[in-house]
Amino acid sequence: MDLIIILHAGVATGTVILFATLGELITERSGVMNLGVEGMMLLGAMAAFGIANSTGNAWLGLLVAMFAGGVLAILHGIVVIQFRADQVVSGLSLTFLGTGVSLVLGEGLSDAGGVALLPAFDIPLLSAIPVIGPIMFANQSILTYLSYLLVPMIWYYINRTRPGLHLRAVGEYPAAADALGINVFRQRYLYVFIGGMLCGLAGAALSLAISPGWFSDKTTAGLGWIAIGLVIFAQWNPIRAALGSFLFGALRRLILDIQGPMVLFGVLRNPFFYDPYLGFFLQMLPYAFTIIVLVIGSREAMRKRLGAPAALGIPYVRGERGA
Amino acid sequence: MERISSKQRSLRIPFRIRLEQRMFIPRWLPIASSLGAVVVALIIGGVILWASGGNPFRSYAHVVRAAFGNLGVFNDTLVKASPLIMIGLACAIAFRMRLWNIGAEGQFYAGAFGASAVVLAPILPPDTSIWIMLPTMMLAGFIAGALWGFVPGYLKAKLNVNEIITSLMMNYIAISWNNYWIFAHWNESGFQMSPTFPKSAWLPRLADYAQQIPLFSGYTLHLGILLSLLMVFVIWFILYRSRWGYEIRLIGDNPKAAQYAGINIVRNTVLVMMLSGGLAGLAGMIEITGVVHRFQEKISSGYGFTGIIIAWLAKLNPFAVILVSILFGGLILAGREIQPSGIPLMLQGIILFCIISSEVLVRYRIRIRRRGDV
Repeated sequence: MDLIIILHAGVATGTVILFATLGELITERSGVMNLGVEGMMLLGAMAAFGIANSTGNAWLGLLVAMFAGGVLAILHGIVVIQFRADQVVSGLSLTFLGTGVSLVLGEGLSDAGGVALLPAFDIPLLSAIPVIGPIMFANQSILTYLSYLLVPMIWYYINRTRPGLHLRAVGEYPAAADALGINVFRQRYLYVFIGGMLCGLAGAALSLAISPGWFSDKTTAGLGWIAIGLVIFAQWNPIRAALGSFLFGALRRLILDIQGPMVLFGVLRNPFFYDPYLGFFLQMLPYAFTIIVLVIGSREAMRKRLGAPAALGIPYVRGERGA
Repeated sequence: MERISSKQRSLRIPFRIRLEQRMFIPRWLPIASSLGAVVVALIIGGVILWASGGNPFRSYAHVVRAAFGNLGVFNDTLVKASPLIMIGLACAIAFRMRLWNIGAEGQFYAGAFGASAVVLAPILPPDTSIWIMLPTMMLAGFIAGALWGFVPGYLKAKLNVNEIITSLMMNYIAISWNNYWIFAHWNESGFQMSPTFPKSAWLPRLADYAQQIPLFSGYTLHLGILLSLLMVFVIWFILYRSRWGYEIRLIGDNPKAAQYAGINIVRNTVLVMMLSGGLAGLAGMIEITGVVHRFQEKISSGYGFTGIIIAWLAKLNPFAVILVSILFGGLILAGREIQPSGIPLMLQGIILFCIISSEVLVRYRIRIRRRGDV
């Protein structure tokens, strides 16, 4: 059990959760809640793996996965933005639909042999930094490096640019945004689509880079739901989302590694080594931890009186004047 | 009113679609739109099946034959429907208050654990009379499920924690919890399942009375279906004939008004989540004692999630839950033999999508107008 290895793997697994969390975060910032993350991730994972398997090109797989995630999200968009349906139920059905379609189209993919994967490499100079270098910049997937860039970019976009201002306005006070001439419907479609693409990317990161392969619905194992929980913990802030995601990734690796050694910390007799059945309790940890993290996020939101975008989950209906 | 989207506007299509809220909803419309949605869903599903190389007609015909073709398979469909009715009710009562309990799957597992613990811990010796054994197991299943529902309910009520995610996370925790007991303590000489329960812990089945009534021979339909139907009446009574049900409905329709009326939302949130979890737990109990007769892994083929769809398709009406559960019981039963295995889940997703899309037809009148008209 080496802390560097755990954190290194944490960043890798965290990348997957991070893409999905960022996708959901952007969608929710525009006032639309999409609970179909798990379905979009699975579809992305399946599409990426399937395309990489049949064409031998992992990048093509990645693109198709993003597109597939986006298209599935647009379905949700049509139902909740246009038809003003309940966002919770629509998101749930998106999960079923995405999972079902992935299982149908991914039939037989789990036996696929070697496929082209996305590359992992060291970053020169940065990887030589003590501690941080071997954790963050050595032998990580190219997608992990992409996520390092994406987090500040999304933060800057939301908080410091004009389109980002429009995004926030649409999520907080759509009627005012509309009065300013911002097309609320188009904005929401756009960010639902982008969110879906990021969830597709998360799926592709899973099946083509972080834990390669297609293991039917066990591929994601609830990661999408954890991502939705992390958005709340992150208080809709991309930087906190990154922190939460990498922490979660590390926790998942810790659970695997803690069962290895006979002695913990040099003195403690490792109960997980002597009674492997206790591993079932370790398996609960990521999910229990999500609940704890949600409680922390909610308490903080109540204390600081901040929280979800004000218009989250509410369909926008234009007044008569717009007709 | 809105424009469909400005992208289409820029294309200058010569008409515009407007949604106008209906003042009056005809009684037949919700039913017609639901039926229409199911038909559309089956067509869409058929196209996907056809595109992935299958034969939709043969698949659908297979579902009908394998689920409703004769009394024998219809018996199996009803056996599948028994827990589904209970779970559909569990979801319906929570959804009626706009509480999104999507943890019925975990509550089902917890209920199965609670009921099994009565036999396996053991709380009661194996030679206990069936009249004591089964009610104790029911109670234990209900309580275990209710406890599983209590966690998200309490967190929602007291700390305003999103119940969707907490209830879902509890699913994974329940499955690991059950696996721990199955693998570590209650397995039978290395097999990953408990020994078969004593007969006193089996819900009576029709076939058990074959000696008295030869007609029943071979039918595995168990008492669970009657319990489920009983709960339909109980939940209907609670929702529409009791003060508590009035509070639940008022909170669901208008939480602000409910608060001004002095209704205790915190207490109702916890209680409804517990009732919902308890019903799902009871479903786990009847599956364990009516079908499986032992404690093991993978006792649910996604019943908890199917229950969500059933509740919605039934428009949260307890009596409609019965019919929809039978249809979905058939789909799950027949779906087990259909390859690829994701088809039932995919169909369920498409059906739910079509249902919520069709609700726009119920709530709004769609007007298509030529551009320039007012």
